[in-house]
Amino acid sequence: MNGAQDLGGMMGFGPVVVDPSHPEPETPVFHSEWERRVFALTLAMSPVGRWNIDQSRFARESLPPARYLASSYYEIWLAGLERLMHERDLLTLEDLDRGAPAAPASAHPGRVAPADIAAVLRRGGPTARTPAQAPAPAPAYAIGQRVIARVMNPRGHTRLPRYVRGRAGVVIAQHGFHVFPDANAAGNGEAPQPLYTVRFAARDLWGADADPNSSVTVDAWESYLEPAP
Amino acid sequence: MSASDHDHDHDPAHGDHGHAPPGHAPHGHTHDAAPTAIEARVKSIEALLVAKGYVDPAALDVFIDTYEHRVGPQNGARVVARAWTDPAFLERLRLDASKAIAELGYEGRQGEHMVAVENTAAVHNLVVCTLCSCYPWPLLGLPPVWYKSPPYRSRAVIEPRAVLREFGVHLDDTVEIRVWDSTAEIRYLVIPRRPSGTEDLTEEALAALVTRDSMIGAGLARDPAAASA
Repeated sequence: MNGAQDLGGMMGFGPVVVDPSHPEPETPVFHSEWERRVFALTLAMSPVGRWNIDQSRFARESLPPARYLASSYYEIWLAGLERLMHERDLLTLEDLDRGAPAAPASAHPGRVAPADIAAVLRRGGPTARTPAQAPAPAPAYAIGQRVIARVMNPRGHTRLPRYVRGRAGVVIAQHGFHVFPDANAAGNGEAPQPLYTVRFAARDLWGADADPNSSVTVDAWESYLEPAP
Repeated sequence: MSASDHDHDHDPAHGDHGHAPPGHAPHGHTHDAAPTAIEARVKSIEALLVAKGYVDPAALDVFIDTYEHRVGPQNGARVVARAWTDPAFLERLRLDASKAIAELGYEGRQGEHMVAVENTAAVHNLVVCTLCSCYPWPLLGLPPVWYKSPPYRSRAVIEPRAVLREFGVHLDDTVEIRVWDSTAEIRYLVIPRRPSGTEDLTEEALAALVTRDSMIGAGLARDPAAASA
């Protein structure tokens, strides 16, 4: 969706480094206790709610743009988590009004045990799929081929940023088949597609005033692309 | 408090607010007053999720400890130092970065599909995620506030040279800048240039020169003379 998360090329947000004499140190990672809890709750709840990473990203970017931009990072995470839980009736408005019940429920089958976390994180969530898992034809584009990022404006989740749509670039890498986020976020299965890295010259993205000696690459699924004429 | 009227009366200078107004630090400080609305909300949500049997509070502590104390840029620094000192490792890193990095024990969540990009005298690489905050967790831990912030996500793709100058990285116009927008599950690690005068340093001493920002491309590896000062 064309939401506030799609920030590439926007202007007016100010400097990245607010005070160059005081760069952001490598620690602390979190800046208040509630941020720690929101981060951990988000990781802990995904096996309970059984949502996938694309659904979590879509929940965050579905915030109305004004609110998205006025929220801090972990406020956005919290809003996304609440939305995912409400959609699945894991946490209702009545729950929030009533507060925690006196008698705790027994453990949900998806509840993460502390002892399992290291293994869960080590396993991660690889998105590469073998061609056998992907009933799609072989990759259509070769390394070195010129392609155009499609002009498209889906209402659902997508990972094709607006700033490349309609622009021509060159395929510089193939990554095999990967889970297709647009389908996965909509609950339509993994629908794996070939994934490419496509390089765009800065001037092809931003016009004649752009840096002549820079480029931007995006990772793009096959259906985001069409052959350049 | 209902879930739909998520409060907005927080102080924007508090918390992980990536786009605090000028003059406000992008990160907050410890509260010593009454809990803010968001602190209270997170506490009540956590209590509900624990009572419902979805979340084990001890598991939350393990998630937090992992990313606050165990996983961080020191991991990526070891990979870079190995790449600087072991040509066979560098070759494996170029062929299949995920596999080479796993030799050092780093793998899993948000680092399932790694690509290493090497800075040279002629090419400088910079990594961004314009759509959210994709970042190689097993190697760098959780991203800094600036990486997740609208200023960086909007500007890195359209004016990377100016963004780099804010970080104190002044590149000659003849140096090509390649920006990598992490739009899929491929995660990028920048291999910064090895500083001169480091021929006699051990791998461990070299790793100490490798900063978080240098592995995003927003900085350079430390000069050993300056680092030991």
